[in-house]
Amino acid sequence: MKQITCPHIGRRPLSEFVFGGEVRTPPKAGDASDGEWGAHVFHRDGAPGIKREWWYHGPTGTWFILRRDTRTDEFLGALDYGEARHRP
Amino acid sequence: MPFRLLKLAITGAENEPRFFDTREDLKPSYDVVIIGGGGHGLACAYYLTRDHGVTNVAVLEQGYIGGGNTGRNTTIVRSNYLTPEGVKFYDESVKLFKDLSSELDLNIFYSTRGHFTLAHTEAALRTSRWRAEVNKHYGIESEVWDRDQIAREVPELDLDCGGNTPVLGALYHAPGAVARHDAIAWGYGRGANNRGVEIHQKTRVMGLRINGGQIIGVETDRGFVATEKVISMVAGSTPRITKMAGFETPIEIHPLQACVSEPVKPFLDTIIVSSGLHIYVSQSSRGELVMGASVDPSTLHSTRSTFDFVEGLADKLLDLFPFVAGLKVTRQWAGMADMTPDFAPLMGLTPVRGFYLDAGWGTWGFKATPVSGKTMAHTAVHDRPHDLIEPFRMTRFTDYQLVGEKGAASVGF
Ligand SMILES: Cc1cc2nc3c(=O)[nH]c(=O)nc-3n(C[C@H](O)[C@H](O)[C@H](O)COP(=O)(O)OP(=O)(O)OC[C@H]3O[C@@H](n4cnc5c(N)ncnc54)[C@H](O)[C@@H]3O)c2cc1C
Repeated sequence: MKQITCPHIGRRPLSEFVFGGEVRTPPKAGDASDGEWGAHVFHRDGAPGIKREWWYHGPTGTWFILRRDTRTDEFLGALDYGEARHRP
Repeated sequence: MPFRLLKLAITGAENEPRFFDTREDLKPSYDVVIIGGGGHGLACAYYLTRDHGVTNVAVLEQGYIGGGNTGRNTTIVRSNYLTPEGVKFYDESVKLFKDLSSELDLNIFYSTRGHFTLAHTEAALRTSRWRAEVNKHYGIESEVWDRDQIAREVPELDLDCGGNTPVLGALYHAPGAVARHDAIAWGYGRGANNRGVEIHQKTRVMGLRINGGQIIGVETDRGFVATEKVISMVAGSTPRITKMAGFETPIEIHPLQACVSEPVKPFLDTIIVSSGLHIYVSQSSRGELVMGASVDPSTLHSTRSTFDFVEGLADKLLDLFPFVAGLKVTRQWAGMADMTPDFAPLMGLTPVRGFYLDAGWGTWGFKATPVSGKTMAHTAVHDRPHDLIEPFRMTRFTDYQLVGEKGAASVGF
């Protein structure tokens, strides 16, 4: 099985993770119209490429942001959520 | 037939008529260009000519016809969906399927089997009852069966699932069927070609040319083609095409895997789906078990197969049919499923004038091939969505009019 390397927890099998979707920045509350919110919630840049994604590690209850190539399924590095907040 | 074969072995097959003509050159312009030579694209071309007399049409296919999800699917055809919009739409498709062999003058091996969606929990049983009521309201054969009825019809099934998650009942849909997927693509392709449509294989669309919000042509790896109407019918490649068009949709691509076993004596003449175990199985006319599960959990633009899939599927299948434990899996493959958040398709007009979308077919679009072709042809010709597909418009996500089909489509196929 595929292994993913993350900060703190090291190399862990894919089966311990849950995919949480692409990282997207929400519009500013109050400023956005209903349509803009709908687009934020539902629309995606679904085209292939290198994406920043949410991944949840079940056994430790930790969210990570992983970079992944969605053409080849290669994982290209990870940040934990705390770190990611300071690095856009 | 054997004599003919012998003759061809001696004289060669060069002068034999082909299924459809393989043209060399693209014309500089067409009235309609269809991107994607899967079942949907070829059906649409067929209905453009048959119902609307539009014959100056090109179908552009980057690989070979039917080589996308059409040729990779497990061919379940049914109409026992959950929403009235879905039920009416898929029922029209089932009706078209029934006449398709004579319509296309090609045996599509349409085989009505009966379709069971097993419920292992009270919640699943409740969804089954809900579906049965909606279905019956629209005149579709669909009813909830108890354990005794299932046992009589499918005696091989272990209703106790080895004690793990016993079956409580099932939604039974008598018209559930399977058909030959390649025949659908080839039959529609030949029918369209006979009426003048050009089918260009190995022709990839690389870009869209848009002027003032109106489509004016497509860039291909064989040059530019001018046209004022483009219909995108590319299933798993949809986000690449909508990116060329400059807008986003909710579609995300997940691999969907399937496999077949070695052929064995027929023992299963129905289609068995388990919503709780997330697997489904039918037996092909050759005796193979055709098996599948839900989509892979994360997005991926690839048709790679995994061992994890077969392992997970076998584990669940043995709960239902313990005696197949010794069967070997002979082939496995994957397609790219274009998933939507509400498990209903995206069809109709787009922000670009003259550019129409037929997508969001996920794990469930084979059964929709005839009706999608028919309604998309109507939509492109009239520049107005056909009544049956109006609820599937892409703007439903920004005006919060979703068509919640998940309860009937997530593993149901
Ligand atoms: C394993 C599996 C099992 C399934 N089982 C079922 C089932 O039991 N029942 C059911 O109803 N549905 C099922 N489905 C879903 C079904 O297969 C699809 O929804 C349906 O076949 C989509 O048909 P299509 O013609 O739209 O797409 P495709 O058949 O995928 O055709 C699209 C074509 O577009 C071409 N293309 C893409 N990009 C370009 C480009 N840039 N230029 C030119 N050509 C391009 C591709 O090469 C492809 O041939 C299953 C799918 C899979 C993968």
